[in-house]
Amino acid sequence: MTPLERYESLVDDFEAFRQACERPLPSVVRVNTIKATVDRATDALDAEGIAHEPTDWHPGVFRLPNDSPGRNWPHAHGWIHGQEEVSNLPARVLDPQPGERVWDTCAAPGSKTTQLAALMDDRGLLVGNDNNLGRLSALRHNAERLGVTNLVVTNQDARNFSLKPLGENAADDRGIDAFDRVLVDAPCSCEGTIRKNPDAFDTWSLDHVHSVAGVQKGILRRAIQATRPGGTVVYSTCTFAPEENEAVLDHVLGEEDCRLVDFETPLDGVPGVTEWQDEAYDPSVEKALRIYPHHNDTGGFFCAKLEVGA
Amino acid sequence: MSENDGQQFDRLPATAEDRDVAGRATRAEVVDWWTDRFGVPAETFEGYTFWEKGAGKVWAFAADLPTPTDVEGLGMTFLRTRQEHWKPTTNAVQRFGSLATRNVIELDDDDAVDFLAGEDVDPEWDGDWGYLVVAHELAGGVEPIGVGLYVHDELRSVIPKGRRASLSE
Repeated sequence: MTPLERYESLVDDFEAFRQACERPLPSVVRVNTIKATVDRATDALDAEGIAHEPTDWHPGVFRLPNDSPGRNWPHAHGWIHGQEEVSNLPARVLDPQPGERVWDTCAAPGSKTTQLAALMDDRGLLVGNDNNLGRLSALRHNAERLGVTNLVVTNQDARNFSLKPLGENAADDRGIDAFDRVLVDAPCSCEGTIRKNPDAFDTWSLDHVHSVAGVQKGILRRAIQATRPGGTVVYSTCTFAPEENEAVLDHVLGEEDCRLVDFETPLDGVPGVTEWQDEAYDPSVEKALRIYPHHNDTGGFFCAKLEVGA
Repeated sequence: MSENDGQQFDRLPATAEDRDVAGRATRAEVVDWWTDRFGVPAETFEGYTFWEKGAGKVWAFAADLPTPTDVEGLGMTFLRTRQEHWKPTTNAVQRFGSLATRNVIELDDDDAVDFLAGEDVDPEWDGDWGYLVVAHELAGGVEPIGVGLYVHDELRSVIPKGRRASLSE
């Protein structure tokens, strides 16, 4: 028995779900619009003879049926970046604008962080934080390769994130007192990555699900506290467990001044669940999106959008 | 004059009159260097602040913060100063080098592949010695690959190990 069977009662077509989880994922790249237009990047892929298929929902995200993302000129120039298709979603839902102040709480190795920078046209201020110093070097390497210049890299526990190093309450008005938008792409049990990491279930345990859910609640609470009134927080995981998804939202709705909001989704999915085992959740968690691997032939994902102080 | 503290980010002084840390490059010198050496227009850097962390390592940041700042990274590593010949980083040349109008050497396909792999190459060049923007033709334009050091009639690849790649079979 794998963790997947746990979710049979939640999934619309469990057989399709299970079969999709057994298929490997194609390589996918995102065009880095800080350094190249989508047209120029596709011309370069054509010139290298690298087959690429556009996705129908995200300009500049391509499936590479025959190749890995590296070892070609567009990669050497930082024009493309290997990033799983569904993991392109949360930055799009957050929708950061050029000039804003944005925080990515769990940023390494930086695929979504660099996507946020590109959506901001590399203008404004983007904080990429991670508590793991070793993984920060991957974040910095990816950010530099992709030409990101608006990124501040910090190494803190996001649950107690301090704005002091960013000049909170400083006499100097260049300091940051709050963010306009925050992405919480939380550490999780990664059940939805089984197509990419066939050993994802080897370390799975219910104890781990419960302990990581505690971390997720702490990070999401701090994210909401650090966001200005009216600002936006997006919460995402790559896992199916309601303990790590709707239960986290339910907890934070009770503890912080925020609400879930609807959002446009270019990918197919189903609403968040309001009941799981013996628990019932706030009805508004239905505004969240569950993406199962058979919906769009991607990895599994969970995504929710919150408005702060409303 | 105080000493440089290599553990924190300090914003570069605007000009030499504002300098209070010995040997620190100024914002004006950094911008002038890119303009003098490569012809990159000074207005390219109007929205940027420049910071020193470590001995002579200058970072370009598209926003601003109070100085000093105790963080792990601020923008992009941009330029190595506090040495006789200042050296731009590979990543800075990839980001800003397409605006360069001089000291740009364009390689043919074979040399470009060798250069990216970290190998020295021997192209025709009768311009200045020193650090050059090394570029090649790709997808309808000339695109910078990285930094080369041209000395004694050869072009040395100074692409850092983490950015080298072997594209040949």
